[in-house]
Amino acid sequence: MMRKLKVGIIGSGNIGTDLMMKLIGHEFLELTTMIGIDPESDGLKRAKQLGLEVIENGIEGFINRKELADLLFDATSAKSHIVHAKILNDLNKRVIDLTPAALGPFVVPSVNIGAHITEGNVNLITCGGQATIPIVHAIGTVAKVNYAEIVATISSKSAGPGTRSNIDEFTETTARGLEEIGGAKKGKAIIILNPAEPPIMMRDTIYCVLENESFNPEEINDSIHLMVKNVKNYVPGYRLRMEPMIEGNTVIVHLEVEGAGDYLPSYSGNLDIMTAAAVKVAEEIAQYDLAKTV
Amino acid sequence: MNERDVLITEVALRDGSHAIAHSYKVDQVVSVAKGLDEANVPYIEVSHGDGLGGSSLQYGLSTTNEFELIEAAVHTCKKSKIAVLLLPGIGTVKELKVAADLGVKMARIATHVTEADVSKQHITKSKELGLETVGFLMMSHMVPVDKLVEQALLMESYGADVVYMVDSAGAFLPHEVKQRIAALRQTLSIEIGFHAHNNLSLAMANTLVAIEEGATRIDGSVRCLGAGAGNTQTEVLVGVLDRLNIKTGIDFYKMMDVAEDIVAPILHTPQEITRGSLILGYAGVYSSFLLHANRAAKKWNVDARDILVELGKQRVVGGQEDMIQDVASKIAKERAVLLRGNK
Repeated sequence: MMRKLKVGIIGSGNIGTDLMMKLIGHEFLELTTMIGIDPESDGLKRAKQLGLEVIENGIEGFINRKELADLLFDATSAKSHIVHAKILNDLNKRVIDLTPAALGPFVVPSVNIGAHITEGNVNLITCGGQATIPIVHAIGTVAKVNYAEIVATISSKSAGPGTRSNIDEFTETTARGLEEIGGAKKGKAIIILNPAEPPIMMRDTIYCVLENESFNPEEINDSIHLMVKNVKNYVPGYRLRMEPMIEGNTVIVHLEVEGAGDYLPSYSGNLDIMTAAAVKVAEEIAQYDLAKTV
Repeated sequence: MNERDVLITEVALRDGSHAIAHSYKVDQVVSVAKGLDEANVPYIEVSHGDGLGGSSLQYGLSTTNEFELIEAAVHTCKKSKIAVLLLPGIGTVKELKVAADLGVKMARIATHVTEADVSKQHITKSKELGLETVGFLMMSHMVPVDKLVEQALLMESYGADVVYMVDSAGAFLPHEVKQRIAALRQTLSIEIGFHAHNNLSLAMANTLVAIEEGATRIDGSVRCLGAGAGNTQTEVLVGVLDRLNIKTGIDFYKMMDVAEDIVAPILHTPQEITRGSLILGYAGVYSSFLLHANRAAKKWNVDARDILVELGKQRVVGGQEDMIQDVASKIAKERAVLLRGNK
């Protein structure tokens, strides 16, 4: 039998709970622990029902029970993550950071996980980044992208208080990700909240301005389709809304992301893509570690 | 000395940016701002049509960097204060800071009418920068009165000096404006503003109703140079308010001259209520979608009105210009299927 990597989740809110539902019964990631600070939270209650070790006094509680997990998902807040990162580093635990703290290197599983597979702390950028950076990167592998602009539209219901209190963090971090990981010379990100009922699915539009018109449109098209397939492997609801359009030296891609509905409703593809990416990163790390020890 | 009963903000150099595809040049801004300053207009808004940072492929790239335009306007005006618009999610506090350093005096922080809480970060920063700060609730027609009041109260609680009810789609009917401004007046302790679009030819009527119900901040665009069919026509408003004995402090003759001699030549075509803008108001769609919908209609060979009506049905909000292509392509595809079916 395959040896499993023991993992834990910090944060029993929506994201943490969705992650928990994705990890229960996983083939080679063994979710042992749910760490929260609110015993009344739905996440911790469910964790108890599922028979997980539940720690109700946050990271402090984990320090005494550090044997429970070797890799942790941090689904709290940027502020809390700064504290957690230090403690986990001292405990020699690895962490996948789903907050906007951006302490560790940016990771998009379909693009650059290989480069950071041994890193102690990796950051998942933003939901908009997870959805759009793969496409910019895909175009960038066959043409030079001078400018990448993305517009992420999410339902108001799926935008939590963290996003709302610092929406600039989203636009700035995503733009940085488009440049650093997407490979665009310049990146720009826009986020729109739409309150329509029933809630809309996450939609992303990507505009890439290429350096010149000497590119092969078929290559670009194929590269985009291949990348969509790759992302779909870990985010099943990730798809093109229409065929990529090329106008002059600009490529326009319309996407939508439907959530898997593990815990969060399926319209919140923006949250699903974060938890799905987190699981994918953990899988890659686990497989790399296991291969190493064989 | 209070020589103004209502304070008018001229938005042609911001909202009008939509109507001319964000092509303002420094010399145009200088001549308009100079005219407005001489006419004693209290506030002049200058930014990309979608606010600071709006220059993008999604909304249209600015021909001239908006900060150059803002700087030029600040330097030109002796009395008028320069304002900027900022939509959280598009622009950031970084751009607000740049604008403040250039000498801007007022910031208007705009959110969709249900999303006021994303403006807290920017309203707070704007106040810290010492700017007069306005909360700008866009697409106000999409919600019932109590929701509007709730969101306006949030902006007030963040420290806004003024809250605007913004009729981005030009969809309000006068009795709806009356009801809403009255409710805001009863609840808020700060000033209330109103921003109209003339898509249903109701901008002036709605503005007068708003003033009657206690709005003291009013937006206008000279020569109707704003998105869709434009806004309340400033020079006309000045004349009408003068007849009503409501003081704006603006020189009526000079304002007419600015409209006729300086602004009219900037317009690519005179502002009229075309079938496109009429549909914006009728279907309740964000006014700046107009040119984008016209372009998409041409590209996909469909009727722009069908695109706009569908966008209205889908309750698309301001900023979702990417949905225009999406909807246009679907209409074209559906029609193709229909045609094939008939063969």
